[in-house]
Amino acid sequence: MFKKSVNKGMEKVKLFATWSSPFVKRIIWALKLKNIEHEIIYEDLANKSPELLKYNPIHKKVPVLVHNEIPICESLVILEYIDETWKDAPRPLLPKDPLDKANQRFWAKFSDDQVLPSFYGYIMKQGNEKEEAKETTLAHLKRVEQLLSEKKFLSGESVGFLDLVFGWLAENSRPLEVVTGLKLFDEDSFPNLCAWRDKFLEVPAIKESWPDQETLIAKYQEINLSKGK
Amino acid sequence: MGKDDVKLMTMWASPFCMRVKVALAEKEIAYEEIQENDLLTCKSDLLLKSNPVHKQVPVLFHDDKPICESTNIITYLDEAFPAKPLFPECAYGRSRARFWADYIDCKVHPAGRAIWSTKEKDEVEAAKNNFLEIMKYLAGTLGDKDYFNGDKFGFVDILLIGLTTWFPAYEKYGDFKLEDHYPKLAAWITRSWARETVSESLTSPEKITNLVIMLRKMHGLE
Repeated sequence: MFKKSVNKGMEKVKLFATWSSPFVKRIIWALKLKNIEHEIIYEDLANKSPELLKYNPIHKKVPVLVHNEIPICESLVILEYIDETWKDAPRPLLPKDPLDKANQRFWAKFSDDQVLPSFYGYIMKQGNEKEEAKETTLAHLKRVEQLLSEKKFLSGESVGFLDLVFGWLAENSRPLEVVTGLKLFDEDSFPNLCAWRDKFLEVPAIKESWPDQETLIAKYQEINLSKGK
Repeated sequence: MGKDDVKLMTMWASPFCMRVKVALAEKEIAYEEIQENDLLTCKSDLLLKSNPVHKQVPVLFHDDKPICESTNIITYLDEAFPAKPLFPECAYGRSRARFWADYIDCKVHPAGRAIWSTKEKDEVEAAKNNFLEIMKYLAGTLGDKDYFNGDKFGFVDILLIGLTTWFPAYEKYGDFKLEDHYPKLAAWITRSWARETVSESLTSPEKITNLVIMLRKMHGLE
């Protein structure tokens, strides 16, 4: 269906995105960390472009990375593709050791299959469901807190794959706190997580990405994630 | 307990354990199997200690270090034991394999379960149609090829083949035959089962179907 044509020295990279998707943002951060020139195409999910539907006919979702007209879908797949294709630029996102890689991939799935759904469940649900989601999320976050003991970043000494995967938590927790009044974790109970959040948001590639923290607050207020709702 | 001491914790009916066994056989990696017999009421201490997050099999131990989640395990095996690779060589081919791994893992087993875990005719019909819709895309990507990656049995084949032990149960309760809808996919199943690494690693579909009958009885569906 898609024939790979490589035009050396003229890599064309496009990313189909939305501003709010946690799965998109991790790709933008990866592209910036790797200094890969790229074009971002923001989609209106209520009115998906023919290009998006052509490149991701099965899931019809963002993110989709298109590299020299070849599409790659699913954010964790895209991250590994970026890391393998632009191997050392400037350094790998994933460790070399297979066991360390396997551990990071395990926790990446934990982020996406467990933590993210329960976190957003806590934000969005009401009543008993909200309470249950809160308890579940706190239990999950305790595991992440443990992962960070004696480590600067989830990936080790420098920001890497697992930090990008969990980055949605660093990026969205404070803006959502401001907008909804719901505070899930603080420095007393989750010192490692809070310290990691601050360090992650200070990494230049992360700090310089749009939308920034203030813009996120404004955008969440616009879509009416109001207090107590 | 020397270098490359490999153990695999399994349960006989789990298609996720079966796929790891196929991968180990394909890569000719010797291992010791540790069978968990009672996952419903009494998980072993070793399982709870080595997979505290999900408390599920399979768990691979490589020199006593646990690796969890079957797709993750198979990827790990391919990287830690580079001989007889299961993944394609190029980054794009690998990304396609990972995409289909995610698709298979998210969709196939839950969709199949929905067929046999209800008595309501309209729910069964809807579940069957959903399952066939999922198979449509798999059949589409297989196309006319012998295997998902071409002419070599590999990563995506291994992930899917264990799940096919449950297909006759889906066909029984959904009242359909996969080969009537996707004959090339059915032929791929037959072709894959002809491999010794597959036939010796997989539980017989008859045994799985009997398990489904028992589970339905337990839930008052028979």
